[in-house]
Amino acid sequence: MRKRSDKTLGESLRDHGLSRRGFLKLCAATASLMALPPSMAPAIAAALEQARRPSVIWLSFQECTGCTESLTRAHAPTLEDLIFDFISLDYHHTLQAASGEAAEEARLQAMEENKGRYLVIVDGSIPGPDANPGFSTVAGHSNYSILMETVEHAAAVIAVGTCAAFGGLPQARPNPTGAMSVMDLVRDKPVINVPGCPPIPMVITGVVAHYLVFGRLPELDGYGRPLAFYGQSIHDRCYRRPFYDKGLFAESFDDEGAKLGWCLYRLGCKGPTTYNACATMKWNDGASWPVEAGHPCLGCSEPKFWDAGGFYEPVSVPLTLGPGTLLGAGVVGAVAGGGLATLARKQRKEEAGTRQPVTVDELEQKL
Amino acid sequence: MSGSMEFLLWTKGPLFDIALAIFAIGLMARLVEIFMLGRAHNYAEPRAHEWPAGLRTMLTRTIADPGTFKRAPFNVVVGWIWHIGFLTALLFFVPHVELIRSVLGFAWPALPNPLVDFATAITILALIATLVHRLTHPVKRHISTVEDYLVWAVVFMVVLTGYLAYHRLVEPYPLALGMHILSAEILLVILPFTKLTHIFTAFIARWYNGAAFGRKGVQS
Amino acid sequence: MSELTLERGLAAFRAEIDAPTAAFFSSCVHCGLCAQSCPFYLETGDPKYTPILKLEPLRRVWENEFTLWGRIKGRLGLQKPVTDEMLAEWEELLYDSCSMCGRCSMVCPVGNDLAYMIRKTREGMVQSGHAPEGLIAAASRAIKTGSPMGLQWKTLAVQIQHVESSSGLTVPVDQEGAEYLVLLSSMEIINFPEYLEAITKIFDHAGVTWTLSTQCFEATNAGIQIGNKDIAAELVERVVAAAETLRVSKVISPECGHAYTAIRWEGPNLIGRPYPFRVFHIIEVLDELRAAGRIKTEGKEDDRLSMHDPCNLARKSGVIQQQRNLMALVAENFVDLKEHGKYQWCCGAGGGVSSNERAEELKMAAFKRKKAQIEEVAPERMVTMCATCRTQLEEGLEAFNMEIPVVGLTEMIAEHLVERD
Repeated sequence: MRKRSDKTLGESLRDHGLSRRGFLKLCAATASLMALPPSMAPAIAAALEQARRPSVIWLSFQECTGCTESLTRAHAPTLEDLIFDFISLDYHHTLQAASGEAAEEARLQAMEENKGRYLVIVDGSIPGPDANPGFSTVAGHSNYSILMETVEHAAAVIAVGTCAAFGGLPQARPNPTGAMSVMDLVRDKPVINVPGCPPIPMVITGVVAHYLVFGRLPELDGYGRPLAFYGQSIHDRCYRRPFYDKGLFAESFDDEGAKLGWCLYRLGCKGPTTYNACATMKWNDGASWPVEAGHPCLGCSEPKFWDAGGFYEPVSVPLTLGPGTLLGAGVVGAVAGGGLATLARKQRKEEAGTRQPVTVDELEQKL
Repeated sequence: MSGSMEFLLWTKGPLFDIALAIFAIGLMARLVEIFMLGRAHNYAEPRAHEWPAGLRTMLTRTIADPGTFKRAPFNVVVGWIWHIGFLTALLFFVPHVELIRSVLGFAWPALPNPLVDFATAITILALIATLVHRLTHPVKRHISTVEDYLVWAVVFMVVLTGYLAYHRLVEPYPLALGMHILSAEILLVILPFTKLTHIFTAFIARWYNGAAFGRKGVQS
Repeated sequence: MSELTLERGLAAFRAEIDAPTAAFFSSCVHCGLCAQSCPFYLETGDPKYTPILKLEPLRRVWENEFTLWGRIKGRLGLQKPVTDEMLAEWEELLYDSCSMCGRCSMVCPVGNDLAYMIRKTREGMVQSGHAPEGLIAAASRAIKTGSPMGLQWKTLAVQIQHVESSSGLTVPVDQEGAEYLVLLSSMEIINFPEYLEAITKIFDHAGVTWTLSTQCFEATNAGIQIGNKDIAAELVERVVAAAETLRVSKVISPECGHAYTAIRWEGPNLIGRPYPFRVFHIIEVLDELRAAGRIKTEGKEDDRLSMHDPCNLARKSGVIQQQRNLMALVAENFVDLKEHGKYQWCCGAGGGVSSNERAEELKMAAFKRKKAQIEEVAPERMVTMCATCRTQLEEGLEAFNMEIPVVGLTEMIAEHLVERD
């Protein structure tokens, strides 16, 4: 299997019977995947023709396999099938044939053979160095030690899914496993975050394709997310946006507004604060996406999305405050003000007792 | 790690609690301070009842008498415009209505966003006009204190950041929204300790004024 | 010998701060609209005369000692204290440039009753020794002689003789059990003796029983003007004692604005008990008599007449319609000034300004507002019902060479009474 990495991508594809025409079509798809203009397709073709399939090690930690599911079961058959030919996937719990020691051996071997050149893809969060290492282990090794060992000679790390990118569900309060994100732990390697719960499959492949085509990381935002896919908010690209702008909102899931497809802001849509490509790339081969299905965006590609307020509470609703706090503080204020007023009253009363009436003699002293 | 989303959640979470608590403490303290001072018993035979006159003045003082309007039209009109604009945005913008519902447990219908947007834009212009007026009118300039300018700046920031956030003119959006919420929190914190208390006490003041004049037979 | 000190002044400020005061200071937004209602600012253009600024001493005491934030500031050493120097500076603002006309109280958008607080602030000014000499002299004369102008009963007795001989009527003095006790103001007795003759005629005409009191004839209250409740209370007590001695059921305050507010609204609170009698302004009494058909008049003035509402009577006491009813009785060519009634403009002399010689220039400046109002309507004569206003109008109009005589309303009514056979 590993022999294939010696071939260029072009050779490998032709071995699989892909025609020149099919190859160019693939390049055009890749261009759009990376949000590049179609005129870039020939350049991409040239680059891919010569590119070597990199070795990829896929590490799964505290995760639910949803990210892998997303990647593998997506309805983009030609592209997703082929993505396994773009790269040499040398280690992946769920997908690899080998098991047990052979599987671990494959990882170590890939690391050895591709030192400094291999890509590490991580899904799932990692119990941090201070956490009990037993919370999550693979082959008797803690997630933390596997991650640190594997990334040491990696060219770059791609954190796939919100757990790997930002800690995700495992890190949600009270974070019992001390879960941390990849970028919390890996400081000396380039880390690309591809968050989402799960991420859109084509976004995962797009990021990999970009790396193959340009041999470097794509442009990232402040959270290490590729701007090509995370540069715009759900809200800005949402087809329901005109309803927001007009002030037409669904107020419950079965009201007239919901049936008419109005904005879901008041039902808790986190679209305004969420950066992802769902609204443009959609899911299941472009079939639909959550908002189109009538459900507010959960904001799953954002840090702390589990702790960012109820899924059905609007963005503007404060996180923890309720009428109780207000009342309590009001009582404290009343007591403070009452105390002060009592003091002032007491002083006034004392002064009233000792008040000297003004006399004409006193007044005339000024004359 | 501290990015825009963490900043937003910080302003929506702990900071909001703190700001609202300071606001509630300060405001209640001020109101109790006022009411506990009381009024001396009035032995003079009244001409009319205090309550109806006081209640009327609470409302009527909102509109300037014709003479004052003629002498200070700018003051009156611009003051009106920005107060109405500010209140429209504060009380009838959908996100604000939802916030009020979450804090108080009840709320009211909201206005369409374009209307609120228009009100906000007008408010920004009117607020700039009030600042220019304060800086140039001899009386306002003379009586203005540091507090007046501070309060202006905070109110202006609240409206401006709200406008920027709504139009998504600052990226990333969580930063824009966080700045707006932070400005509003600063406003809440300084409110009970500055002239902003007039939001509540002006009605008390008007009642006392109306009552005092009313018992003498004059509707003030 | 005891002295007036800053400490006494501060204690007086504290004693004056009540819930309305706290609500007012809490509400001021420095909009400056009060200045637009103040003749002293409008006619001098000097922003230091902005009404709310005149209250700064009281406001500081409130902020420093009656607010949470003020206390915190105190701990941090950030308080702005009230000093003797400050009060000396504020003396002009609180006395010379304020007639307590209450117009600012009427227009303040947040509802601040500024005149109410000026009255309170003056308490502290007196206690700290910062009252103007003119008012001190008036207060001292009022206490010592019973009249702020030092007028004695014997002077009044001469006037009574004149009235009796010219009218052929008797002026009742010390008549126990009369319905009304009539009070006068010294200024009236000296400047406008025709007032006494007028009421003598009207009451005789209407069959009203009334009396003067040798025990107390003075209605004005210099204690209110200077702003001291001790002096004010003593002067009120004299009226109450006279009324009680003569067992009258009603007391009439003369054509004088502040005398009426003093005895009508402040008096019972100064002495801390309700009166055993009721108090009326002469205009109220005349209008009641008119309404009851007890005043029969004949003929009307046919020249163009306008009217000045005294602040204390109209805005501050609600007597607005009565004088117009009476005008309708005797004038066929009456025209109101544009802003009148509760929105009238002060003549500039009230609230002690006219007793404060130092304030002469400001007083005449403030009058320009009234002058402009009068010019707008261009009457041939002005009518009013307050001796201080009347004096100010006469002096002011003369100063501007405007030949518009000023008459008292009561006299005008008296001139039109139907002669009895």
